[in-house]
Amino acid sequence: MSALVELRVADRDVDVAFEIGDGETVALLGPNGAGKSTTLAALGGLLRPDTGRILLDGEVLTSAGLAGPDRWVPPHARRTALLAQDPLLFPHLSVLENVAFGPRSTGAGRRDAHRTAEHWLSEVDAADLAGRRPSELSGGQAQRVAVARALAADPRLLLLDEPMAALDIAVAPALRTLLRRVLADRSAVIVTHHVLDALLLADRVVVLEDGRVAEQGPTSEVLARPRSGFAARFAGLNLVAGTATPDGVRRDDGLVLHGTAGDPHPVPDADAVAVFRPSAVAVHREPPGGSPRNALRVTVTELEPLGDVIRVRAGELAADVTVASVTELGLAPGVPVTFVVKATEVDVYAR
Amino acid sequence: MSRTRHVGLPRWLFVPALLAGVFVVLPVAAMTTRIAWSDFPSLVTSDAARSALWLSLRTSSASTLLCLVLGIPLATVLARSEARWLGVLRSLVLLPLVLPPVVGGIALLSAFGRQGLLGHDLELLGIRIAFTTTAVVLAQTFVSLPFLVVSLEGALRTAGERYDVVAASLGARPTTVLRRVTLPLVLPGLASGAVLAFARSLGEFGATITFAGSLEGTTRTLPLLIYNLRVTDADAAVAMSLLLVVVAVLVIGLVRPRGAL
Repeated sequence: MSALVELRVADRDVDVAFEIGDGETVALLGPNGAGKSTTLAALGGLLRPDTGRILLDGEVLTSAGLAGPDRWVPPHARRTALLAQDPLLFPHLSVLENVAFGPRSTGAGRRDAHRTAEHWLSEVDAADLAGRRPSELSGGQAQRVAVARALAADPRLLLLDEPMAALDIAVAPALRTLLRRVLADRSAVIVTHHVLDALLLADRVVVLEDGRVAEQGPTSEVLARPRSGFAARFAGLNLVAGTATPDGVRRDDGLVLHGTAGDPHPVPDADAVAVFRPSAVAVHREPPGGSPRNALRVTVTELEPLGDVIRVRAGELAADVTVASVTELGLAPGVPVTFVVKATEVDVYAR
Repeated sequence: MSRTRHVGLPRWLFVPALLAGVFVVLPVAAMTTRIAWSDFPSLVTSDAARSALWLSLRTSSASTLLCLVLGIPLATVLARSEARWLGVLRSLVLLPLVLPPVVGGIALLSAFGRQGLLGHDLELLGIRIAFTTTAVVLAQTFVSLPFLVVSLEGALRTAGERYDVVAASLGARPTTVLRRVTLPLVLPGLASGAVLAFARSLGEFGATITFAGSLEGTTRTLPLLIYNLRVTDADAAVAMSLLLVVVAVLVIGLVRPRGAL
């Protein structure tokens, strides 16, 4: 099933448009308040946009403020099953009855519904939980049952709202693997804050910032060559936006970052970004003199352990240094430092 | 379930707490000292007593049923709908809680009495309500409905809409959501609301005597009988009172262990 989404919600200042290809999983990324939940709610029919339309396989689910009569298909008739952060299994029903709820609600007989439920429970390796009450399940088990329940409703579009966020770190990988399997050829939208979800589950990502689509594209492309600040942070890269110069990017404050032009080729004086890895950044207490390299005067805002290195954050920028250098340089929040990065390590491309 | 208490209570708190308990229990206990126990069995099994008790149980059951039929939809609409005028309706529904019951009785007479707003037309159709058993049920429903609505609306608000949203996304129509998800989730609140309504109906006096009168076998419920006997036969009145206490305790005791009363 393919879908087309165009919506504007004035009081939340959201104005987004994107498509979901047939069998494609799209990850909605963005900071809190960027409009991800609003978009998901509009897809599920829980929120009516001021203007816009949502088409699912050619059928108009929502149409408002456009030519022709307004149309709004109620949530229960959309076949857009929702999987939320919390499993929200109906506490008064057994696991089997929970999973059978969708088929039962859409007219299947008790026996058929139970057969469907058993099928989906075994699909998520939870067949042995059928007779239990939701209160007798662990968080990971409950979320697996919730996945089965959503799939048993035979949705045309699956809406996932941070499905792993409430789970223990120990059980999240197993659910991610399960979702990867069941989402393989299904149309789905997943809201997530986790880069692994995007990498493993999403074919494409749509990055929202301040209620607008900041960028969108195939997951690997966006994460490797981000053009928005959020996507760069999400992918763990540094990004400096500005206008293109013959061999770099000039930030609004006049700072020029030299780099290597990449694809899409920057057009002089047009918007461009310079992107570099935190591990390519060297941190100095004093600005190194007379060097042609890129030097950024910044103030350390945060130190964060990351595997065997310490990530030094300075506002939007980050550098990875060893534990030894942190003590050697006396790094701490509030300390002014210079980030130095070689021009060969900086990719410059059009925004 | 563990019963760890993390913060100790101030010890002096137990004094007023105990005092409150005594304040409620003492008068009821004192009543038992005034009972002529030798006559008790015959007093509570007299025709008048049996007929009043039976009428009380019948009318209270009927009014509780009526409260459920009317109150469940009202509480659901109040808890879930966002329409502005509902705020006004919510306040008005609470009116019977703050009105003196006798005022409620006069209000009911104004609506359903022979000369009343609707009563006049009903009379022409050959339907008379005032001073019938139906009037008893209506009076009890009038004063009891807020108990059910407030209790259920609170439970619905606490339960929230998240389960309803998931149920709808799985394809359940609004009626299915209400029947299979919303109401089952608030069953304890619904049960305690129904018990409160029943208990309030059982004790109803002012609206009943005003709107339905005190006709033996038709409208003289147990509280009305007690009030009648209070002057003429004090011993019988005290015996009936104890009977009413026992019935009330039974009603609360039956439901309380399961529900959240």
